Amino acid sequence: MSTPLVARPQVPPRRPRPSQSQRAFAERTQRTLWRRRLVNRVMVVILGTAAIVATLPLLFILFHLVKEGASAISLDFFTRMPKPVGEAGGGLANGIVGTLILVGVAAAIGLPIGVGAGLYLAENGRTRLANTVRFLSDVLNGLPSIVMGIFAWQFLVRPIGHFSALAGSVALAAMMIPMVTRTTEEMVRLVPVALREAALALGYTRWRTSLTVVLRTATAGIVTGALVAIARIAGETAPLLFTAFGNQFWSVRLSEPIAALPLQIFTYAVSPYDEWHALAWAGALVLIALVLLISLAARFATRARFGGMGD
Amino acid sequence: MRETERGTRNEEAATARVGTEPEARASSSSVLGPRPASPHPGTVHSEKFSFWYGPKQALHDITLTMPARSITALIGPSGCGKSTFLRSINRLNALIIGARAEGRIRLDEEDIYAPGTDVVALRQRVGMVFQRWNPFPKSIYDNVAYGPRINDSPSRAALDEIVETSLRRAALWDEVKDRLRQSALRLSGGQQQRLCIARALANEPEVLLLDEPASALDPIATQRIEELLYELKQELTVVIVTHNLQQAARVSDYTAFFYLGRLVEADATNQIFTNPREDQTDAYITGRFG
Repeated sequence: MSTPLVARPQVPPRRPRPSQSQRAFAERTQRTLWRRRLVNRVMVVILGTAAIVATLPLLFILFHLVKEGASAISLDFFTRMPKPVGEAGGGLANGIVGTLILVGVAAAIGLPIGVGAGLYLAENGRTRLANTVRFLSDVLNGLPSIVMGIFAWQFLVRPIGHFSALAGSVALAAMMIPMVTRTTEEMVRLVPVALREAALALGYTRWRTSLTVVLRTATAGIVTGALVAIARIAGETAPLLFTAFGNQFWSVRLSEPIAALPLQIFTYAVSPYDEWHALAWAGALVLIALVLLISLAARFATRARFGGMGD
Repeated sequence: MRETERGTRNEEAATARVGTEPEARASSSSVLGPRPASPHPGTVHSEKFSFWYGPKQALHDITLTMPARSITALIGPSGCGKSTFLRSINRLNALIIGARAEGRIRLDEEDIYAPGTDVVALRQRVGMVFQRWNPFPKSIYDNVAYGPRINDSPSRAALDEIVETSLRRAALWDEVKDRLRQSALRLSGGQQQRLCIARALANEPEVLLLDEPASALDPIATQRIEELLYELKQELTVVIVTHNLQQAARVSDYTAFFYLGRLVEADATNQIFTNPREDQTDAYITGRFG
């Protein structure tokens, strides 16, 4: 039986006290952490706002178009001709068909030339001719579309003596060619050398390798590029002003002036009549729907490319 | 550059190889009977062949014989010119701008670098398989049918037969016969490589060039390719570039050692690996450099 002479005080286990420098560090970290969080929030808000603002015009346009134009859209709109001023109803059948014809002929002219030129650039990229063509097609790509209209007017409308759908299509094709050329070149360049060599090693000639293996492998990408180009020219107004000219009447002849949706929208929108304003809104809605549809198709084609080929 | 006596060693080496592991070899699929002897034996012979990429000389005076019905392995460190030499045999190098060749490579008696040579016809006679398998993004059937279809447009039935025969020769038929219309890209790496071999075989070539065909494959797939090569050499000339010395020792009858664009030594594989004449060869195969 032994009692300690001196009772030991019960001390809780001591935490090591932070040193001076540790405390300073913690304080600094707290301060900078707070600041970093603040900066982060501010940046997220700024960039998020920018992203929303970037899409606002489209949403605003769509909203406005639907509000103003939806009421004028009916079966008549697609099947009837415009009515004279003062009469209610009527549609833009001639403009819709005209735009389809213009774009169709432009694609028929522009796609083969554009794809061919792009294939040439990709396969013979280092020659002097290729460099010149590439440079010129970049210049052409940046050319204002009204200049394309003047070009077609000078070379087709003036010699023939009157406006025509063909002149309009040529102007649109001239816009399309550089776009298709450059996308085709990019897509063909993405085709692995290994595939090309495989075909050559099987005894394929060079042109046959290009046309079958290379072009076929790049097809999905080229289709996407072509659709984007078509969507862009479908809404062009300026090149058509003094080429296709527009037509109040039904015409599907390439040698005659032809109606086009963008031209009709322009004419109707600047007119003083309310019925025409409504038609202009509806026409714009249809045009934008068409472009959206083509863009969707382009996305679909792109997805098919990245999804592999399947069967 | 030394000329080696090939003809006499041919028989010897072949029997020696068969003697080492006959069961293993025989067990691999031999579904075809012996092929009728081709009128072209398919011997490849290069004489003082040199090759330049622009100003840079990649090959110096290569003189080498690759005998028919045997496997010749080209070995050497990276950049030694063995792939360049292989690609010179079907003139795939000629595509490179600024490339230039001197000397001769003969397929049997024809000089394939003679002016006026039909390169397309040459490439049908000399098939090639690449390091990275490169099937076309098409169906299995279409991949194999690609060469015959364009080169001598056969009938449907004939094409079906060519496809089946080629796939059998490449030891792939049993694995794919139920899904010939499926995308070739869905096969495994080893299967895709054998498909590429089948695709080359469909042209009925006399010579088959392989550029490191198994370097990206796992050991099992590699073994299948090696067994396949052993089958194929009964019918054609096989030239294989490999970085894998064990592979060269296992599959080849003859081995040629390249270094810095020169042919250092070429001989029967047994000879090269057991008793090389040149110190450089000895150093390379024993792993002292390269």
